[in-house]
Amino acid sequence: MLEFINENIQLIYLVILMIFVGIELIGHVPSVLHTPLMSGANAIHGVVIIGSIIVMGQAEHTLSLILGFLAVVLGTLNVVGGFVVTDRMLEMFKKKK
Amino acid sequence: MTTHILQIIYLIASVTFIIGLKFLGNPATARKGNLIAAFGMGIAIFGTIFLYTSPESGQHLHNLAFIFGALIVGTVLGFIAAKKVQMTAMPEMVSLFNGMGGACAMLISIIEFQHLSDGSLVGLESKLFIIIVGMIIGSISFSGSMIAWGKLSGNVKDKSFGKQQLINVGLLLVILVLAYFTIMGGVMDASTLFYAVLTLSLLYGILFVLPIGGADMPVVISLLNSFTGVAAACGGFLYDNKVMLVGGILVGSAGTLLTIVMCKAMNRSLLNVLIGNFGGGATGDAATSSSFEGSIKEVSASDAAILMRYAKKVIIVPGYGLAVAQAQHVVHDLELLLESEGVEVKYAIHPVAGRMPGHMNVLLAESNVSYDKLVEMEEINPEFNTTDVVLVVGANDVVNPAAKTDPNSPIYGMPILDVENAANVIVNKRSMKAGYAGIENELFYKPKTSMLFGDAKKALTELVSEIKALG
Repeated sequence: MLEFINENIQLIYLVILMIFVGIELIGHVPSVLHTPLMSGANAIHGVVIIGSIIVMGQAEHTLSLILGFLAVVLGTLNVVGGFVVTDRMLEMFKKKK
Repeated sequence: MTTHILQIIYLIASVTFIIGLKFLGNPATARKGNLIAAFGMGIAIFGTIFLYTSPESGQHLHNLAFIFGALIVGTVLGFIAAKKVQMTAMPEMVSLFNGMGGACAMLISIIEFQHLSDGSLVGLESKLFIIIVGMIIGSISFSGSMIAWGKLSGNVKDKSFGKQQLINVGLLLVILVLAYFTIMGGVMDASTLFYAVLTLSLLYGILFVLPIGGADMPVVISLLNSFTGVAAACGGFLYDNKVMLVGGILVGSAGTLLTIVMCKAMNRSLLNVLIGNFGGGATGDAATSSSFEGSIKEVSASDAAILMRYAKKVIIVPGYGLAVAQAQHVVHDLELLLESEGVEVKYAIHPVAGRMPGHMNVLLAESNVSYDKLVEMEEINPEFNTTDVVLVVGANDVVNPAAKTDPNSPIYGMPILDVENAANVIVNKRSMKAGYAGIENELFYKPKTSMLFGDAKKALTELVSEIKALG
């Protein structure tokens, strides 16, 4: 445990800072925007796709290649679907006279 | 050199995520915020593909053809799904995409574990720890989101059985113990343990979401959303990748806060949502208290039309029934028609109207209702005193006075729209069936309330033509 913290101390600082940034960022969001916000955040955690690309780019066995392919497809679905759906929701919030 | 450029790209992407989330919190900048974050995601993805070098071998990524193939497949499917989905089905779509992200995190952990277990696992405890944490959270998020998706789209029914909570807690403990032994080794073959943990985590996700009522799904999706964020952040530790960490943790913390805010809007605690079975438990004692004074008064479309046409001010209270009936366009027609006759029209939006907080706004905005006409609960409540007619469309629990008057009611304490302060209340419902919470609504029995039965779309269309007939 201690070893883990020591090895990753920089990242742990980053984690703690980001926790506060995340809370600060959406502290005063009007409830009107909750659904788009959730959807937008959903797209952002699609960043997990970076990991799947790295895994796949280093895959050697057929099995990891197949699983990696699947992971990249799913990650892309999360990213693309997430951003497009959010955009569709927000498109409707244009100010109208 | 390329590694340095990639690090700068990651830095820029991380900043776009922060700015994007910030902009998403304001109606004027929200759309731009989403695009900014999407841009950041794009450069991070392509930067990784072309510039990433393995810290061990110094090699660039290979299998590029497969990577691009997967990207194209995912993009096409995701784009079509996102463009085709009905606005009313938005919540289950978000849940589905969330599940995909969770599954992606789960698969990464599985592949990395297979890779590690080719050699000796001794001395790799830190790495194993992160792999297993990412796998557990990712798979819970995946299977949980799938169940949430199934529930929202009506394919999976609410199910709870005795001692469910006990079983869940027990299962979670078993998962943690097995995970501990997988990391520390020495008990059994690590692979066997690893896959046992995987299976149980998937099972846990299912059992975790299954007993939670359909009405609480938004809260659950929001929670699972932040789970996936944390799973993505585990990838950040695994690859010492800061953009994964920033994106993941941001969503993890913002998502958790959003979950709590949503619960607050319903005046319930997160714990209460997760362990209390709202719909199920409440119906029992509610059935006994169904005798209210007064009687149900039905109103015809033409009478309702006259009432509204000659009113000074009308407030429309949209609810889930409106969403189901896809009546958002008709309600907008009604609004325009009344306005052209000189009636002041506003919409009262309860924070949890529809299926998700903010869902009603999205729906009404889809049918071109002006953003300024959607008034939030706190602002509109004082206005009901001066309102001639309130038209409740497919809403029930959010206008139930029991939330204020009956301490035994399961929704007691939930803030409601004070529609009973208006001169007249017209309630459009399909039938006298109770709402989500499964409780009777005294409002319907009040002398000033009249019921306009029928499917929201049909009833409103009729109302519109009756008002037109009045000239």
